[in-house]
Amino acid sequence: MSNNTAVVQIQNGEKRYGEHQVLKSVNFDIQAGEFVAFVGESGGGKSTLLRLIAGLESVSAGQLLMNGQALTGLNKSARVMFQDDRLLPWLTVLDNLSFKSRNKDAQARARELLNLVQLADYADYFPGQLSGGQKQRVALARALMSSPKLLLLDEPLGALDALTRLRMQELIGDVVSQENLTTILITHDVREAVKMADRVVVIKHGNLGLEVSGHRGSDDEMAMIQVADVVQDFILAD
Amino acid sequence: MNNSDKRGDVFSKQSLERFLPWLIPVGLIIIWQLAVDANWVDGTYVPSPLAVVDKGVSLWQAGTLQENMGISLYRATMGLIIGGLIGFVLGVANGLSKTSRALFNSTIQMVRNIPHLALIPLIIIWIGINESAKISLVAIGVMFPIYINTFHGIRSIDPNLIEMGRSYGLSKWQMFTKIVLPGAMPTILMGFRYALGVMWTTLIVSETISSSSGIGYMETNAQQFLDMPTIFLAILIYAILGKVSDWIAQLFEMLLLEWQRAEGGKANVK
Repeated sequence: MSNNTAVVQIQNGEKRYGEHQVLKSVNFDIQAGEFVAFVGESGGGKSTLLRLIAGLESVSAGQLLMNGQALTGLNKSARVMFQDDRLLPWLTVLDNLSFKSRNKDAQARARELLNLVQLADYADYFPGQLSGGQKQRVALARALMSSPKLLLLDEPLGALDALTRLRMQELIGDVVSQENLTTILITHDVREAVKMADRVVVIKHGNLGLEVSGHRGSDDEMAMIQVADVVQDFILAD
Repeated sequence: MNNSDKRGDVFSKQSLERFLPWLIPVGLIIIWQLAVDANWVDGTYVPSPLAVVDKGVSLWQAGTLQENMGISLYRATMGLIIGGLIGFVLGVANGLSKTSRALFNSTIQMVRNIPHLALIPLIIIWIGINESAKISLVAIGVMFPIYINTFHGIRSIDPNLIEMGRSYGLSKWQMFTKIVLPGAMPTILMGFRYALGVMWTTLIVSETISSSSGIGYMETNAQQFLDMPTIFLAILIYAILGKVSDWIAQLFEMLLLEWQRAEGGKANVK
């Protein structure tokens, strides 16, 4: 699939660490405003793919294009939200967003985003005073600070309890729609992927496998479960 | 239990917490005074606390005490600034740069194992017994704890935070000021606190061995005249200066590590 509105394109993308090939000739496009989830077992290459798109690593072979331009170095249009919040413990919540910038616009944007993630009252708290879910909300707000075109979510809800996880799924969904972001989600949780994304892609042994439509914004639980089961069966099949 | 009882309990607990650290020192001074007054110990060799205070007042009135304290403080501060800066800069350089680490670290690790007080004869021969000699000795003493702690503080920064900074487009300077330095600060301050102890020990030894001024000199000089109150006064002054140094270190920790205290303080309410 190739399209002029593709934000991310990978053409025959490969990634090797020495002799070990993590990604094998991967091809895909992601369109502007699309929410794509990559699922699969650990070690399948999901996080590596995200790191390539973030520009934290480079492809061993093939090409990775960002808005039609070959990506070299850090992807400045993208922001990553990691599984561990990676907040700076010595900065307050507000300063974690602005990196202690005194710029009034940055401060205003940080407060606006804290409001968006329902943490306006916690601006002066330090990360160590927050719960896991609150920390991830701060991390989400920080990822949005520079108004990125592409939001990369690297298993951001993996360490949260079930209830907090559900709330965060809703919050991320709302924020992504409100900010009209192109989003890539890496997750182990197939139901989470089907619920949140427009498109779910399975990565298995370094290859892109099954691709199904997600149920982003849908309330049809049964349909979601059916799709998730199909994806689950594909992942577990030898 | 009503509110006023609870407030009373909190108040008495706080008072007790404030009082407890003073209990042993004050108790020892009282016992010391009683022991001398009751002739349980020979006042010639162990002067009473009041005799020591009297001596302090008379030396202060003569101007000797403040002069010697001033020069000792000057030597300690200069040594700390020079040695601390060198240790900090080397720690930062070796913590951040592979080349610098390869070039300097193993040599520094080798040299730091030499007890710096063993250098006193060498420094007296090379530099003499002037101010530079004593300041150099203090500087060498404080340099290593600050170097080691700065170096390890920087080397042990969570690589995930570095990666986060990189992925968020922070410049090298921003990475240093927003991530590396604050992350290493708790370890650096531990080194600073330790260095303050080394600073006083080194100063005492250097002033006792080779000096014509300072608290250490005052003490050595008093020894020749069996002036016990002055000897005890000098020891007491060192103890007070050590405590003041500790307060200064705590003040730095309060200012620079506010986040660590806050984590143990404000409760998460939502």
